[in-house]
Amino acid sequence: MLEIKNLHVKLQEEDKIILRGVDLSIKAGEVHAIMGPNGSGKSTLSYVLAGRDGYEVTDGSATLEGAELLEMEPEERAAAGLFLAFQYPVEIPGVGNMTFLRTAVNAQRKARGEEELSAGDFLKVVRAKAKTLKIDADMLKRPVNVGFSGGEKKRNEILQMAMLEPKMCILDETDSGLDVDAMKLVAEGVNALRDAGRSFLVITHYQRLLDHIKPDVVHIMAAGRIIRTGGPELALEVEHNGYADLLAEVK
Amino acid sequence: MALAQAKADALAARIAGLSLPQGGWLGAARADALARLSTMGLPGKRDEYWRYTDPSSLNQPEAPHAALFDAGDEAPIFDAIARLKIVFTDGVFDAGASDPLTLAGVEIIRLADAGATDIHWAREIYGVLEARGQTPVQRPFAALNTAFATDGVLVRVTGRAALPISLIYNHASESSDAMLHHCIKVEAGAELTVLENGPGAARLTKVLEVDLAEGATFHHIRAQGRDHQRRACTHVFARLARNALFKSFTLTANGRLTRNDAVIELLGDDAAAHVAGAAVGDGDFHHDDTVFITHAGQRCESRQVFKKVLMNGAVGVFQGKILVKQGAQKTDGYQISQSLLLDGDSQFLAKPELEIYADDVKCSHGSTSGAIDDVALFYLQSRGVPKRAAQSLLVLAFLAEAIAEVADEAIAEDIRSRLEGWLARHEH
Repeated sequence: MLEIKNLHVKLQEEDKIILRGVDLSIKAGEVHAIMGPNGSGKSTLSYVLAGRDGYEVTDGSATLEGAELLEMEPEERAAAGLFLAFQYPVEIPGVGNMTFLRTAVNAQRKARGEEELSAGDFLKVVRAKAKTLKIDADMLKRPVNVGFSGGEKKRNEILQMAMLEPKMCILDETDSGLDVDAMKLVAEGVNALRDAGRSFLVITHYQRLLDHIKPDVVHIMAAGRIIRTGGPELALEVEHNGYADLLAEVK
Repeated sequence: MALAQAKADALAARIAGLSLPQGGWLGAARADALARLSTMGLPGKRDEYWRYTDPSSLNQPEAPHAALFDAGDEAPIFDAIARLKIVFTDGVFDAGASDPLTLAGVEIIRLADAGATDIHWAREIYGVLEARGQTPVQRPFAALNTAFATDGVLVRVTGRAALPISLIYNHASESSDAMLHHCIKVEAGAELTVLENGPGAARLTKVLEVDLAEGATFHHIRAQGRDHQRRACTHVFARLARNALFKSFTLTANGRLTRNDAVIELLGDDAAAHVAGAAVGDGDFHHDDTVFITHAGQRCESRQVFKKVLMNGAVGVFQGKILVKQGAQKTDGYQISQSLLLDGDSQFLAKPELEIYADDVKCSHGSTSGAIDDVALFYLQSRGVPKRAAQSLLVLAFLAEAIAEVADEAIAEDIRSRLEGWLARHEH
């Protein structure tokens, strides 16, 4: 599904190298987790994949089902099936959440040559999906993320994911700022979307989230590289011992 | 006194070719206005409220040439709204294109026919509200208009008007110079909506005087016409009695020069006045909103919401003042003026002012200038919305607070769709 090879990235505006040769291969249906200390480049990796400005790829490649992602505009990546759930979902005053969702769904359908959803059909689908995420009608009417609590913002991200039905989902610290119940709700939302044709890359600081979203593979990232790859037990090891041992091992 | 002489000379040149209709109450009102004007002269660049907008093309005797705009097969704005149409072409009433001037609960008289009969209610408005609005800030073009206006309507509403009155201003001659003057009296508890659209002429000078009696409601929605080279200098003078509600929204797209003055006096207690504007300009576009709201009554509310989207060197100006008089306790005044600059060449000049002589009031004002939010843009793109569409969505979101001042949802939707069309036609 997603193939990242020798990815090197620096900040555009300054000479700061963030990623120093990331290799990652995620097969269809797999759930991978990336853990790592602050500043290791986890969020940068997600932004670079989604196409945010401000980064310069100096080497390497990233492909989604064989198509070169790094050449595409962010909206083309989305239409190709990539989705990033933001660590800090953006507030957009003046744009209703429902308008936003419908514009996004129909833009992607149009880009893929599919027919746009009618207002009625869209409403039916969005209401059903919102209900399972405990998102009420009021949240759908309000401007995107404006005045939402931390938990509401994250649930709103998962609702967008559910509506857009991407193939490759990247969750950037979706557990940050969530209480236990909210995290469970979000995890259930994610688990409901798991299937053989859809892959996940879950970026997190804490093993806790991985109790709810069970990964197939766990990677440890440090200083812009993936330094260890293993099974779910690797996350438990980090939870108990911290990163110090792993970092020392690499040095 | 060299400046005063220059102003007097400019005025003499400006009015040399105009005729001052004589006779009757209207003739007297016109003569009074000319006397007012003679003490002011025409504005100059050094006048405080003309520092950001060059009045020379409004001062010159001949209207500058303005090419006509071809809207293709696009339906005119408000086309789908049921309304009573009153059409002026280059400032002249067009009976053939207008509906019969009859509407239940409403009295409509052409200004050109009004001089001969004594219309007592109009006597108390024509030039009267304009004259009140000359202090403390002089508005010479309004006095010029009162003196020399060639056409317009006098409207008196005694009930709830069954339909909005729609004033349509066609521009047919590339050198037309139009001067329209309307007076509106909404009697106690009565209600009226006035729609205005179109450029009106190569150069349009317009005055709208609105007198709201106790509990009267007045909605005003206008779209100023898309002719790129047109010039307009408009004034709204409104006086509100107790419990009256005044709401005015203006959409401006294109136009080389637009100066919109709104002078509003909240005289009675518990009255509310909202003035809002959404302006979009690309290139040779200069748009000036100058607002003066006086709170004299108690517990009155006023809102000023002005948003401008500017690109390719377009210039936006906002001069907004809230004056709270002594005794106008519990005033609630709000003023916001914002610009969205789509490139580095455009300019927004804002002068918000508060002058408060009462001690128990709430007044807020804010003015900002900014670019499209890159993070929001990326967020939309990351969800699959193409960049241009995402930008348009954010521009409309920026304008939303102003459009929200339009109470009628069908009209608001019409305005939104015009803006969407404009954004689609202008690369940004």
